[in-house]
Amino acid sequence: MKTIYHFIIKELLQVKRDKKMLAIIFMAPILQLIFLGYAANMDVNIVHTTIYDQDKTETSRNFISRLVETGYFQIDYNVNSYEEITDLLNEGKTLVAIVIPKDFEKKINRRETTQLQTIFEGSDASKASMALGYIQGVTTRFSQNLITETKDKLGMKISLSGSLTPEVRVWYNPEMKSRVFMVPGILGLVLMISTISLMSMAVVREREIGTMEQLIVTPIKKYQLLLGKLIPFTMIGFVILVIVMILMTQWFGIIVRGNPLFLLFAAFLFILSNLGIGLLISTVSKTQQQAMMASVFAVMMPMIYLSGFAFPIENMPKFFQYITYAIPLRYFITIIRGVVLKGIGFSSLWLETLILLGMGVSILVLSANRFSKKIE
Amino acid sequence: MLNRIFAIAKKELKQLSRDTRMLFIIFFFPVVLLIIFGYAINFDVKHIKIAVYDQDKSDYTREYVNGLISSEYFDLITYVQDESEIKRLLDEKIVQVVVVFPNDLSRKLLSKQEVKVQYLIDGVDGTTASAIQNYVNAATYSYSIKLTKEYLAVTGKNLYVPIDLQPRFWFNPELQSTKFLIPGLMGMILIVTAVISISLSIVREKERGTIEQINVSPLSSFEFILGKTIPYIFISLINATIVLVAGYILFGLVIKGDLFLLLFGTLTFLFAALGLGIFISTVADSQQVAFQAANVTSLLPSFMLSGFIFPIETMPTAIQVLTNVTPAKFYVVILRAILLRGAGISAFWDQLIYLGIFGTVFITLAIIVDKRSKGKQ
Repeated sequence: MKTIYHFIIKELLQVKRDKKMLAIIFMAPILQLIFLGYAANMDVNIVHTTIYDQDKTETSRNFISRLVETGYFQIDYNVNSYEEITDLLNEGKTLVAIVIPKDFEKKINRRETTQLQTIFEGSDASKASMALGYIQGVTTRFSQNLITETKDKLGMKISLSGSLTPEVRVWYNPEMKSRVFMVPGILGLVLMISTISLMSMAVVREREIGTMEQLIVTPIKKYQLLLGKLIPFTMIGFVILVIVMILMTQWFGIIVRGNPLFLLFAAFLFILSNLGIGLLISTVSKTQQQAMMASVFAVMMPMIYLSGFAFPIENMPKFFQYITYAIPLRYFITIIRGVVLKGIGFSSLWLETLILLGMGVSILVLSANRFSKKIE
Repeated sequence: MLNRIFAIAKKELKQLSRDTRMLFIIFFFPVVLLIIFGYAINFDVKHIKIAVYDQDKSDYTREYVNGLISSEYFDLITYVQDESEIKRLLDEKIVQVVVVFPNDLSRKLLSKQEVKVQYLIDGVDGTTASAIQNYVNAATYSYSIKLTKEYLAVTGKNLYVPIDLQPRFWFNPELQSTKFLIPGLMGMILIVTAVISISLSIVREKERGTIEQINVSPLSSFEFILGKTIPYIFISLINATIVLVAGYILFGLVIKGDLFLLLFGTLTFLFAALGLGIFISTVADSQQVAFQAANVTSLLPSFMLSGFIFPIETMPTAIQVLTNVTPAKFYVVILRAILLRGAGISAFWDQLIYLGIFGTVFITLAIIVDKRSKGKQ
């Protein structure tokens, strides 16, 4: 026990003396959470629009103002030729060009169908289809008004038939802000990156610098060495966790609706599994460079993409959905979003919590077995 | 001088080529990431899980629900019998939407009144929720139009559709998101490889003490750094080629623009990225610090601040200014212009200048820091 204690003190001292390391360990999560928390926003709330109004009548102007009223469309250019549209689209200056044909009003008054051409800069598929959705909404409502509300001779509106209108209520996050959704996810991401990258260097570093040899000749046992490495990093991870939690609630003003203690406990399990992954990388790598490349390319990047942090898991093909089951970050993100946004707790999230626990323990055991107190 | 630079480059290359594990990671995993991007990641919201709380139980509501679930957008999970179930279904993420039909739906429709269909949407993921909102609005209106049509048919009139919307998508007619994501992925892979590998390979010499041997040799620090950089430029170019070739084979990505411009743009980007890496290597004393610093400056920023996934224009102004810290931002604009739109240099010359400035600033900073620390010794 005493040996482990001394080892822990040694590790902590080492971190404490390395001022640059100390600064970066604690500053990195803070800076990343703050900046990325503001940056992560997928809402398409401005659609840069170009209008080519060939009709220039009351009806066409009326239609354009319907577009603007939605608040999504910002009309940057009013053009008078297709060439201008081509140039704007080529240079990526506009997302959509709407062409209102010459006989727009005439045809509507004659109750004929008029064609509305919309040309999208489609390279960003999700943005383009989102914008198409907005335009469809406007035209459907515009059409609906023209159909159901016909005017009698005195100009009074009469209804032709009964109609349905949607009444949408959004739960948990009524303004549908991405920030409330993203910040807890980024917290998980930041926590994962700092703990994995710290731990992945831990053992291989001693090996590369040559201090491993000194450790081998000391009477310290393998498990003591491992615990001596794990405990200080768990402590550091926990401090980082507390810092980012405070930031999330105080800086971003995100209210934790559920039990914060349960969240801390789940986060602790999450840190354990990350340290396990880090240790595994550290024991299989021969140099720090290898450890680093492996942790970035083989572990962190795939995990970021497949965790459901930004890309919904439900949209993935089945095969990749199965892979996501092996990613601790996935479970942690489900837990933190559930606790923070929905206010649910262990009774709904017990499965995720147990899986995190099981993963943490098994990865740690696996990497401890891979670790050998020997020189190759 | 050239001889000495060449010697250092050769030594570095030899060291790298012996490290087969490292090479495997550098060349193999970008392809894995590309596959993940191509197949696993898409923004299309489909197969939305819905529950129906039907208080009316009429032909109308049955027809309406059938209409919803016959599209690929909605999957019916369950019928709700009691209002209290709704909360549990949404809480535990069993469904994403609950549709509530009021019990007077058919009566009101028959008496030509307006009826409200209620949708309760799980808004946790705001982006998905607003897509769902778009779909349910469209579904309701189109059912409504269908009712009108049927009504008019009885009275012997035809339904008239006032506006026929004709969308056309340029550059990407099938609206695939993969092609759009490849430039961003390429930028991210290149910057991470460049920044991490150059900073680590220099700091490693410091950590192991071999830098002292280099210091006493006739090598100048300029020659040393240039010699170190050359192999990584090659590796990055090979990496870029691998991503592009894999993109072509797997996803049919064709380079629409000029290949020479692409090479030129990539080299300018590498100049900026390596500048950042060299700067980190002068500041950091251990590989651990260099790793953390490289992570902070390249991994997440190139993912989140480069406009790769999150559009820059929707960020707050202060963050928009901050996006300039990642050279990937400029490179993504260049790549998208060349790869997807086949645009010429007029579409992105400003980005090349930014990249040039970025690289110069960091290399200058590196020289200043380096001189200072040498002065201390």
